[in-house]
Amino acid sequence: MVRQVYLDNAATTPVKKEVLDAMMPYFTEKFGNPSSIYRLGQETRAAIDEAREKVAKAINASPREIFFTGGGSESDNWAIKGIAFANRNKGDHIITTKIEHHAVLHTCKYLEKNGFKVTYLDVDEYGTVDIDQLKKSITDKTILISIMFANNEIGTIQPIKEIGNIARENNVYFHTDAVQAVGNIKIDVKDLNIDLLSMSAHKLYGPKGIGALYIRQGVKIDSYIHGGAQEKNRRAGTENIPGIVGFGKAIELAYENIDEHNSKLIKLRDKLIKGIYDNIDYVRLNGHPENRLPGNVNFSFEFIEGESLLLSLDMVGISASSGSACTSGSLDPSHVLLAIGLPHEIAHGSLRLTLGDFNTEEDVDYVIENLVKIVDRLRQMSPLYENVKKNIRG
Amino acid sequence: MYSEKVMDHFMNPRNVGEIENADGVGQVGNPKCGDIMKMYLKIENDVIVDVKFKTFGCGSAIASSSMATELIKGKTIHEAMKLTNKAVAEALDGLPPVKMHCSVLAEQAIKAALYDYAKKNNITIEGLENFNPDEDVHHHEDEGMN
Repeated sequence: MVRQVYLDNAATTPVKKEVLDAMMPYFTEKFGNPSSIYRLGQETRAAIDEAREKVAKAINASPREIFFTGGGSESDNWAIKGIAFANRNKGDHIITTKIEHHAVLHTCKYLEKNGFKVTYLDVDEYGTVDIDQLKKSITDKTILISIMFANNEIGTIQPIKEIGNIARENNVYFHTDAVQAVGNIKIDVKDLNIDLLSMSAHKLYGPKGIGALYIRQGVKIDSYIHGGAQEKNRRAGTENIPGIVGFGKAIELAYENIDEHNSKLIKLRDKLIKGIYDNIDYVRLNGHPENRLPGNVNFSFEFIEGESLLLSLDMVGISASSGSACTSGSLDPSHVLLAIGLPHEIAHGSLRLTLGDFNTEEDVDYVIENLVKIVDRLRQMSPLYENVKKNIRG
Repeated sequence: MYSEKVMDHFMNPRNVGEIENADGVGQVGNPKCGDIMKMYLKIENDVIVDVKFKTFGCGSAIASSSMATELIKGKTIHEAMKLTNKAVAEALDGLPPVKMHCSVLAEQAIKAALYDYAKKNNITIEGLENFNPDEDVHHHEDEGMN
């Protein structure tokens, strides 16, 4: 059997056994509706409260500031639309960046169609937001700054504290999509002056379909899902109890083990980066060299295209992803790679490898060994590489 | 996503490489769009006796090039001119709709190589009178047919 090496932990992670064990009773025995007054209901109510405390503790928030949602995308939608519509009397201007997840970008596009104005900040070659441009973009009509904590594709971590301070000084709400950061970075929402923070369980070894939005006490925001008193009247719908319990357990485990998790992942990451640099020519590391997520590796391989790279990796059991257009069905490669200034053809040849808790040094060796062969095979087929070889010879 | 045939032609592409002093060479596509195909033809007495390709692109672009070379090898120019993108896709047991342009590119690459051959030899090939080797296939791709 082909060895299986999962290197797409930024896409999703497997549920850890401890997490699944914590969830299981809530499917069958402890199934009560938490809105019910009998014991079966109160039991699940208590489970939600406990999970909420765990999520709050992980980011130094108060439990009443944590609202469970259906996931990261819902949290982003709620934060941005909810702030926009609740603060329309104050202003109609939102600031975000060109490298946000589509859950933020498409929500901003939707708001533009509804009369709001959005500034999309540039980033530098490493994917770091332009702080001066941010400062200059704030007007008396600005109601929200939404900037991701860390980028899902290239792993670059933003200067969140600086951005939080700027937002606070200007009396503008600050939302951050922290879906990739939670579980990988220590976060203190008070210290960082964050008003709203989106998170998702399945990126940190929890289940899919559950996330949360942190809303600082006092922030003026509209409800998003109407129709029930759940989540303090703000997000209607019978709670996803197993999901909530699983999220609570997963985030607790993540922060109990964060130092160990980070030092292990950084070691594997740097070994992988070095291995690629040392063994393959014409490559470029995308994202910030130091200021990046512990498990993120993103390279462009010149003269080849990302989808053929992914297919070849899959044939030897390696799961990864790419910013190539050919993997998404559109003609344009990743908006993030274009925003950091990569030409289209280099962006097409990008590969994202994201490490997780279940990866080993042997996995990294296996990937490097196979990547060298695959890149070479695809380059031998590439008419672009042919020209380069001729130029070298000439 | 891909048929077994596509995967076979992607992993074990036929006729990869270059032909030195080829009688016709054609290159189509654009690195901006993520795909370039280059075809080399060796032609003797109107018969394509050898064909090689090089492709920068996704799995279906490589598989389409490989299949297209197989379909024209040993054929006359006249027969090769009749090769359609649909025939390439069908020979691969189909391509996903968003990948149909890869088969268009393969058809265009062969025509571009034949056009080059005609130009070098001062002849006209029926069907290539109005051929534009620099045309961007993405504009007339037919994504809906498979």
